[in-house]
Amino acid sequence: MLAAQYPVLPVIVPLLSAPIAALMPNRSLAWIMASLVSALVFATAVALTVIVSAQGMISYEVGGWPAPYGIEVRVDSFSVVMLLVISGASTLALISGKASIDAQIPSDRQPLFFAAWLLALAAYSGIAVAGDAFNIFVFMEISSLAGYVLIANGPDRRALPATFKYLVMGTIGASFYLIGVGLAYMMTGTLNIADLHARLGDVPYLRPILLSAAFVTIGLAVKAAVFPLHVWMPNAYARAPSAVAVFLSACSTKAAVYVMLRFDFMIFGGAFAHHDVQFSTVLMSLALLGMLIGSAVAIYERDVKRMLGYSSVGQIGYILLGASMISLGGVSAGVIHMFNHAMIKGGLFLAMGALVLRLGGGTLDDLKGAGRTMPWTMGAFVLLGLSLIGMPLTAGFISKWYLVQAALDLGTLGIVLIAAILISSLMAVVYIWRVVEVAYFQSPQAGASKHQEAPLMMLVPLWAVVLANVYFGLDPSIPVDLATNAANILLEHAK
Amino acid sequence: MIIVFSLFLLTMMVVVALAVVETRNLFAAAMLTGIFSFLMAANFFVLDAADVALTEAAVGAGVATVFFLGAIALSSEHEHSASRKFGLALLAVASTAVVILLGTMEFPILGDGSAPVHQHVAPWYLEKTPELIHVPNVVTAVLASFRGYDTLGEVFVVLTAAIGVLSLLGFPRNNSEENAVNDGLSHQKILHIVGKLLIPLIILFGLYVQFHGDFGPGGGFQAGTIIAAALILYALLSGGDRARRQMPPRLLFGMACLGAFIYAGVGGTTLLLGGNLLDYSVLSHDPVHGQHLGIMLIEFGVGLAVASVMLTIYHAFAGHEHR
Repeated sequence: MLAAQYPVLPVIVPLLSAPIAALMPNRSLAWIMASLVSALVFATAVALTVIVSAQGMISYEVGGWPAPYGIEVRVDSFSVVMLLVISGASTLALISGKASIDAQIPSDRQPLFFAAWLLALAAYSGIAVAGDAFNIFVFMEISSLAGYVLIANGPDRRALPATFKYLVMGTIGASFYLIGVGLAYMMTGTLNIADLHARLGDVPYLRPILLSAAFVTIGLAVKAAVFPLHVWMPNAYARAPSAVAVFLSACSTKAAVYVMLRFDFMIFGGAFAHHDVQFSTVLMSLALLGMLIGSAVAIYERDVKRMLGYSSVGQIGYILLGASMISLGGVSAGVIHMFNHAMIKGGLFLAMGALVLRLGGGTLDDLKGAGRTMPWTMGAFVLLGLSLIGMPLTAGFISKWYLVQAALDLGTLGIVLIAAILISSLMAVVYIWRVVEVAYFQSPQAGASKHQEAPLMMLVPLWAVVLANVYFGLDPSIPVDLATNAANILLEHAK
Repeated sequence: MIIVFSLFLLTMMVVVALAVVETRNLFAAAMLTGIFSFLMAANFFVLDAADVALTEAAVGAGVATVFFLGAIALSSEHEHSASRKFGLALLAVASTAVVILLGTMEFPILGDGSAPVHQHVAPWYLEKTPELIHVPNVVTAVLASFRGYDTLGEVFVVLTAAIGVLSLLGFPRNNSEENAVNDGLSHQKILHIVGKLLIPLIILFGLYVQFHGDFGPGGGFQAGTIIAAALILYALLSGGDRARRQMPPRLLFGMACLGAFIYAGVGGTTLLLGGNLLDYSVLSHDPVHGQHLGIMLIEFGVGLAVASVMLTIYHAFAGHEHR
């Protein structure tokens, strides 16, 4: 009986527990509750992955009302990729984050902090399983608001302007999305995603639909930090509490990319002529610019968390580059990279959390000699950095391998794309090397020799991510199968 | 006639919006946004969207303006004149406007019965509501049952706002009777007495809106805001310290959490009873009665959460200045 309810558990369980966590008298109880709920959501995500892989898509009628009159929850291969990323990142960030959260957030604010965390978890999960365009907006509101709260809890006052910038841009993005959904509703009379796709084909007037596609895509591009709409992102991640950076870097921008792909393939895809060409041209050029400029800016950044933020601008570029090829190989590569990049960047921010906890800061100067004082943390950072660059035997290599293969099918254009991938990867070598250089080849600052290795509770999740990177580098069948299924679903509607 | 009204209201909204952008005085800007919301509410009313109009009037024109004033009290009344380079911004806004205008040419005409929104799901709601849920106000049926999952999300949006304000500003401190800093407007006899006469009436109206939501415009969101407005009026008249002694902020926040929990809890209960999430039919032997029960419970949760969140946010702002 319960198995039939799995699709909504990732939403309703955190929603039920958030008000309780907010009223917890003690910070540790709130932390335990948040971690347990998060682990439960992860377990549900794994169960859903098994079910969806075996039986295909699950459709669930909330309230018992049939779609499109009621709200549909729909879980397919693409949803479970997103769910695994969200719940996995949240669980690891919470378990490893105890020490750094205690160091960065006053005890009496922590129950509120964990409540906001659970709300964000519920909302991102809600977006992942939504089958309704307006329902996505509702959860986007919760995830954004909770995200602002989480970031504003950052350790110093610089978190506030960073949050404000994110708030203003995020609100513009969400409003654009809402305008787009409103236009689509006006022309079709429905909000259900599958129904929108079915009815858009019959709409006689195309200009409002075109407008709708533009508003939805641009609004989500702001939220996804697609170049050049990324300006809120590096500071938001850098000024947030370390544990929040792990969680949000893995899923906040990806949730927006996820919704964007759902809309542009599954709703607008087959609705009007040339949508594929427009989508592909705009997104591919932005993806290339992001890959090159984001990575280039990262090279000059001295604050390592900001550096990782700019690196994410480039990495979002890889995901969109795959999607903009509109081929099975390309879209699969994009989805694979959503999964792998969440793992890589989440892991790198985990390592940064440990380094900041022990060294007191995250600039290149703070990291001097860290390779000697914190060998396990820096070791993990280097391995994850290699995965980011795309070294064979790591998950990052799998992403790039599939991306390059998909590009090869495109002829001359493909050669240009591969060159851009190579240049961007070489720039990743440079910015990761700068960290390695100061950590291993420079002596610690005076008085820094007493720094000790990060606590075991941070090292274990960190190395779990490193090992996952190696595992999925050696045997990528799970993400590749899921991504191929997801790409099939997306492309099937786009015809 | 309606066209004339609409044209007037929409023109006024543009004028007010421009004035909000233009003014450097934040107090004036806050008041103008209140007027903007009020015009918007009138506009919704002209379009026969009474439920939305009531919400816009209560939240946009009422409580939101109070929050703006609270924020201004904590910061400054005058905008720091930042460098006014808005060439690029103006270009972006203007081109977006042109694109939207081009799109509007193919919009369905206002009031056109053959427009897609009137042809697809809407007739189903109108036809099935009497039979499946049996409440006269179809808006309530859609909001609380057919799309109750969205409304669940909206309640948690409101709760998130309270969590956000409290984690930034902290819980306001309770001053004891002797060193109460602020006794509000209690020295203003006329305001004090007239205000106190109004408070019970406003609360009564709020309760009417809450419980009459099945039959006429209204429901938990509007009622919660109206009741909160009455209690904010009390805090203004008698002083924040006194209001906070009557209703301690931690209690208010607890009530906000309880309200949201009730809504989610109804969802959890329907799951445990073997139904789908928020399928109120399983709450009772008779599905229609179950729908009524479910809607009443979740509307109560909404009202409680909204009223408590509004008061929590108000006190977080108002209690902050005395630190």
